[in-house]
Amino acid sequence: MTINVNPAQASEPVFYLVDEHDHAEGGSTMLGFWIYLMSDCLIFAMLFATYGVLGGNYAAGPAPKDLFDLPLVAVNTSMLLLSSITYGFAMLSMERSRIAATQFWLAITGLFGLAFVGIELSEFHHMIHEGATPQRSAFLSSFFTLVGTHGLHVSFGLVWLTTLMVQVWRHGLIEANKRRLMCLSMFWHFLDVVWIGVFTFVYLLGMLR
Amino acid sequence: MLTAVLALLSLDRYVGTDFFTNDFGGNPMMYVNLIWIWGHPEVYILILPAFGIFSEVTSTFSGKRLFGYTSMVYATVVITILSYLVWLHHFFTMGSGASVNSFFGITTMIISIPTGAKMFNWLFTMYSGRIRFELPMMWTVAFMLTFVIGGMTGVLLAVPPADFVLHNSLFLVAHFHNVIIGGVLFGLFAGIGYWFPKAFGFRLDPFWGKLSFWFWVVGFYFAFMPLYVLGLMGVTRRLRVFDDPSLQIWFMIAAFGALLIFLGIISFLVQIAVSILKREQLRDVTGDPWNARTLEWATSSPPPDYNFAFTPVIHDNDAWWDMKRRFYQRPLTGFKPIHMPSNTGTGVILAGLSTTFAVGMIWYVWWLAGLSFIALIAVAIGHTFNYHRDYHIPAGEVVRAENARTRLIGAGVKP
Repeated sequence: MTINVNPAQASEPVFYLVDEHDHAEGGSTMLGFWIYLMSDCLIFAMLFATYGVLGGNYAAGPAPKDLFDLPLVAVNTSMLLLSSITYGFAMLSMERSRIAATQFWLAITGLFGLAFVGIELSEFHHMIHEGATPQRSAFLSSFFTLVGTHGLHVSFGLVWLTTLMVQVWRHGLIEANKRRLMCLSMFWHFLDVVWIGVFTFVYLLGMLR
Repeated sequence: MLTAVLALLSLDRYVGTDFFTNDFGGNPMMYVNLIWIWGHPEVYILILPAFGIFSEVTSTFSGKRLFGYTSMVYATVVITILSYLVWLHHFFTMGSGASVNSFFGITTMIISIPTGAKMFNWLFTMYSGRIRFELPMMWTVAFMLTFVIGGMTGVLLAVPPADFVLHNSLFLVAHFHNVIIGGVLFGLFAGIGYWFPKAFGFRLDPFWGKLSFWFWVVGFYFAFMPLYVLGLMGVTRRLRVFDDPSLQIWFMIAAFGALLIFLGIISFLVQIAVSILKREQLRDVTGDPWNARTLEWATSSPPPDYNFAFTPVIHDNDAWWDMKRRFYQRPLTGFKPIHMPSNTGTGVILAGLSTTFAVGMIWYVWWLAGLSFIALIAVAIGHTFNYHRDYHIPAGEVVRAENARTRLIGAGVKP
C-alpha cells in the first residue's frame, strides 16, 4: 500500500482508500504482549529492589547460609532451563505444522515445569518446618515473596500450557493457536530470565554474604 | 509497581510479614519510597493527557496549527522519563542526606523545563491567531495562568532547605491543588466541552458552562491562594482546630472560595441537565461544530460504529483542516462491508468479579474471596475458547448510515 501524492500536482489528492486493507487478526497482539511482559518485569524489579534493601535484615533469625541447599537449587534451575529448551522444540515442531510433536514437547515442558514447582514447594516446606517462616524476618518476607511470585508465575504458566494443549487438540495449529503458543513461549522464556536473576542475586550472592 | 507495593502491604496486613513493620528487620520508609516511585509518575499520567487536550483546543480555537509539534512530542517524552527520577522530593525530610536530596531537588527543577517549553508552544500557537473564546478555550487560558503559578511554587518546594520548612504545610496543599485543579481538572472541563458534541451529537449549553467556569476559576483563587499564606505562616495540613485567631481571616477567605467552587460544581451539573433538555437546539448536524482541524471531526457526531466508511489517508498533522482546505468531497457511493472486532462482555465481567474479590478480601469474607477468585480464573480461561472475534457490517447498513448523514447535512444550517 503506497500512495504518492505530489503537492505540485495536488489537483487529485487521495483522502481515503477505496479498497479496505487487510486487518490481520491479532496483528497487534505481540506488541501488547511485550508491554504486558515489561509491566510484569516492573513487578519483579520492585520485588528485587525490596529484597536488595531488606535481604540482609535477618532479625537474629536464620541467614541464607543456614537455609539454602545449593545443589538442590542447581537441580531446580536445570529443570527450568531444560523446560525452556523443550519449549523451543515445541515451537520448532509448530513451525513445521506437526501437531503430535508439538503436543509431545509441550507435555515434556509441562513436566519439567511441574518438577520445578514441586522442588520449590518442598524447599519452602522444609524452611517453614525449620522455623524460617515468612513472618520470621524481613529477609525471609522478601525472600518468600520474590521466589514465591516467580513460582506463582510458573504455576499460572502451567495452567496456560494445559489450556493451550486442549485448544491445539480441539482446533489444531490454526493461526490463533500459533499466536497463543508464541505468547506463552515469550512468557516462559521471560520467567527463565527472571529465574537467572533470582538464582544469582538471591541464592549465589546469599551464600557469599 | 502499584500492584507490587500493594501486594507487599497486603502481605504485611493479612499474612504477618515484616516488609514495612518497625520490628523483625522491616523498614517503614521502604513503603514511602515504593509508593512514591509509583505515585510521582502517576501525577504525570494525570497531567499529560490534559496537556494533549490543551494542544488540541488551543490550535482549534486559534485557527492555527500547533506551534512546535515536534518539540511538544519531545517534551512529553522527556517528562515521561524524568517523572521516574523525582519521587524522593515527596520526603526530603526523611533524611537521606544532602547528596541524595540535592539530586532529587535538581531533577525536580529540571522537569519544569519541558513543561515550560509546552507552555511557550501554546502561547506561540495563540500568537497572532484568530482566537475564538468558546468555553474550552476559556478553560485553556485559565489553565495557562493558574498552572504557571502552581509550577513556580513547585520549583520553590523542590529546593530541599525550603521544603524542610514547608513540608506537610498548607503551602504544599495549595501547591498540589494548584496544579491538579488548575491543570488536570481545567483540562478535563476543556476536553468535556470540546468533545461532548462529538460523543453525544449535541453541544453543551454555553451560558451555564460560562457560569460554572467563572465560579470555578474565581473560587479556586479565593480557596487556595490563602493556603499559600497560611502554609508560609506555619500551619500544617489535616488540622481540625488552629488556635491562632490572627490567621482566621485567611481560613474565612478560603471557605468563601470553597463556596464559590461549590456553585461552580452545581452550575456544571445544571449545564449537563439543561443541555440534555435543549439537545434539539444544540444538535451538531455537521460533525464539525468548532471548525476544527483533526480527523475525528471529519465523521458524524456521534460517529457510527465503524467511524469512517473508507479508511482516511492523511497528508498533514491537521488532517481534517488540510482536507477542508483542498475541497475534500465526502464519498457518497461505493460502500463496502466493514470488518469489525466483535463486542465482548468479558472485560466488564472480569472487572465485576475483581471488585467482588476485593470486597471479600477487605471485609474478611473468605468464602466470597475464594469463590470470586476461582470465577475470575474460570471466566478468563473460558473467554479464550471463543474463537469468533470479528464480524462484518453489511454494505447495506453502511449505505443507510451514510445516506442518513447526507440528509442531516443537507437539512442543517452551515455553522
